[in-house]
Amino acid sequence: MSKQEFTITVYTENQIGLLNRIAIMFSRRKINIESLNTSPSEVDSVHRFTIVINEFEEVVRKLVRQIEKQVEVLKAYYNTEEEIVWQEMALYKVPTDVIAEKVKVERLLHQYGAKAVVIRKDYTVFETTGHREELEGLIKALEPYGLIEFVRSARIAIIKASKGFHEKLKEFEEHEPGEEVIENEFLDKQDEVFTM
Amino acid sequence: MTNATTLEAKTPKAIPHSSGKQVDEVTGSQAVLEAFIAEGVDTIFGYPGGAIMPIYDALYDYHDRLKHILVRHEQGGIHAAQGYARTSGRTGVVFATSGPGATNLVTGLADAMIDSTPLVCITGQVFAHLLGTDAFQETDVVNITTPVTKWNYQVTDATEIPSVLAKAFYIAGSGRPGPVLIDITKNAQLQKFAYEGYTPCKHIRSYRPKPIVRKEFVEEAAKLINAAEKPFILFGQGVILGKAEKEFKAFIEKTGIPAAWTVLGLSALPTDHPLNVGMLGMHGNYGPNVLTNECDVLIAIGMRFDDRVTGRLDKYAKQAKVIHLDIDPSEIDKNVKSTVPVWGDCKETLPMLTQLVEKKEHKAWLARFNEYTRQEVEAVIHDELNPTSDILTMGEVIKTVNELTNGDAVIVTDVGQHQMVACRYAKFNQSKSNVTSGGLGTMGFALPAAIGAKFGAPDRTVVAVIGDGGFQMTLQELGTIMQSEVNVKILILNNRFLGMVRQWQQLFHDKRYSFVDIQSPDFVMLAKSYGIAGKSIDQRTDLKAAVTEMINHNGSFLLEVMVGKENNVFPMVPQGCSVSEIRLK
Repeated sequence: MSKQEFTITVYTENQIGLLNRIAIMFSRRKINIESLNTSPSEVDSVHRFTIVINEFEEVVRKLVRQIEKQVEVLKAYYNTEEEIVWQEMALYKVPTDVIAEKVKVERLLHQYGAKAVVIRKDYTVFETTGHREELEGLIKALEPYGLIEFVRSARIAIIKASKGFHEKLKEFEEHEPGEEVIENEFLDKQDEVFTM
Repeated sequence: MTNATTLEAKTPKAIPHSSGKQVDEVTGSQAVLEAFIAEGVDTIFGYPGGAIMPIYDALYDYHDRLKHILVRHEQGGIHAAQGYARTSGRTGVVFATSGPGATNLVTGLADAMIDSTPLVCITGQVFAHLLGTDAFQETDVVNITTPVTKWNYQVTDATEIPSVLAKAFYIAGSGRPGPVLIDITKNAQLQKFAYEGYTPCKHIRSYRPKPIVRKEFVEEAAKLINAAEKPFILFGQGVILGKAEKEFKAFIEKTGIPAAWTVLGLSALPTDHPLNVGMLGMHGNYGPNVLTNECDVLIAIGMRFDDRVTGRLDKYAKQAKVIHLDIDPSEIDKNVKSTVPVWGDCKETLPMLTQLVEKKEHKAWLARFNEYTRQEVEAVIHDELNPTSDILTMGEVIKTVNELTNGDAVIVTDVGQHQMVACRYAKFNQSKSNVTSGGLGTMGFALPAAIGAKFGAPDRTVVAVIGDGGFQMTLQELGTIMQSEVNVKILILNNRFLGMVRQWQQLFHDKRYSFVDIQSPDFVMLAKSYGIAGKSIDQRTDLKAAVTEMINHNGSFLLEVMVGKENNVFPMVPQGCSVSEIRLK
């Protein structure tokens, strides 16, 4: 088994300091965070972290349990790339005079699904959304025209199999949680667990 | 200064509230102390300073309801609170000021975190408008302490204090306990607000103190246990923290399964119980270590398979089916893969299991443990407890303490050889009697922890067993013992070395004794300067009388026993070896 890319989704309270509490759990194990996004979630008042790391599944599983143990974390999941729908966004700044002369640029933008966000006399900013390879492909394509600035956002991801957090939250808010709240690999894969 | 304004600040005053009810107006500081009273806190360990002065000012009016022990260093304060929590089974409480006061808590927080000790620490902080300006005694305490707290929070508005403290006590004491730190800015301590009383916290939606017990797992576990021929129980502090000693005893007595303990599980089961087969781990007993790799079902209860218990993991109990009972789901499969995980509070799961298991005896299997015990007695224990040379051993000192306290004392230990010897040989009749720094291995823990242990169990004899090295790390707490007249018995086992490091240097570093020959002051004279009676002995003939004098002395007493300089603690599982490769010499 080798390291692979995992996307970790963490549902949390919106609390000052929680980002640090979560981030240090990775640095403690000397794991580099490839990408981290915090945003609202489908549920009002619940925050959602999306974290991308390269690790062994064994490590990720333990890590996710320890994240979930934090008082202000409601639930944490980890998924492989096949289990999620994900996107990243990028902005590219290029000199307007250079690209204005080249007809090819328009075709290029079309090819990468990019669009112009700002067009000024001195520079133009393009934006594109997609997977890493696409965003990087456009960098290469724009480099000959003098790429002035480039920036890429963190990954955001939707879990294909998730039914959302609305129902789960109701369980969390009850004083005595129902049994369906407790889900874990053993309960899901009982046949494999009891190896007698 | 007693003008009208200061008086007004100190006495809660009824004011009309928006709800139409009359409510008290209190300061943030008063709200902190009201919360303590509501939570049943009786003792606070602390040290004042600039940023916590409003709280200390309020405390002046609460001294009849809250006992405050002035320590000599904040590290001493937090270790005392840990000792208090460990012997009382309640949450320990600490006050410290901002900056250095708060950073001095860090070792104790880390210790309490890894040993699951419930604490609520209140630190003062600079005024909110000064945060981030490098103000005098400003430190970013919340961020410094994040990895070593179960939860922490900064209060900048007094109205939050009642609910935040309610959360703090709930989080510290529930589920797998741990330390909580609340940092309160000075303006919030001073701020007056309409106080609507204190409501204890019983639920936080994002916090699940214990997982739901799943019956099918308990049933699977019972099946495994009933089918087992060589079952073996490992128990840890979870039994004590879950207050499940009775349930645990009922379980082992019905199943007849031999049980061995981790250092923190010690005293959950009386030492002389016929099914208590001894200590696990690096300096544990011979049988429990060797037979870990022979049992067919391993039942771990409230323990976390620390590396000092397991030795080399890829050679640990590979033949066994593992049942792991723990309240903390993240501990299951962290180090040792379980066959059947039993999530939950062992106070609930053990009785369920007891009901499902068959009554049995495992005579032949138990005899195997006894045979290993016989070998260990012959090779190690007999000579440690009954030495023939003139040199005193640590073991015979502990044996003397056992005899003279009938196993009823609380034994607080520091870290090192004396700790392992005390854990190996001390006798305990009741739970919550062994207080030590297990996970973190904090030298300097014992003296302050013993102070707290005495406040947590005022009717019991508290003996702090400490090495000459560790004692010198926190000896300033003799001042606390003097001032607060704490009746603790200080037993220094002096081998004139940092013994455990020396032992490793001898065994694994070609006897290159690098900076382990530590010198000590005259401990008896030192104690005397604090008004504490003391004695130093180096002869076996004086041992019994000296320990008797220490125990019977009216008040604290320091006894220094000069023990063998280069004695080693055996058996030993060398680092990187399997538990079954344990060495007797």
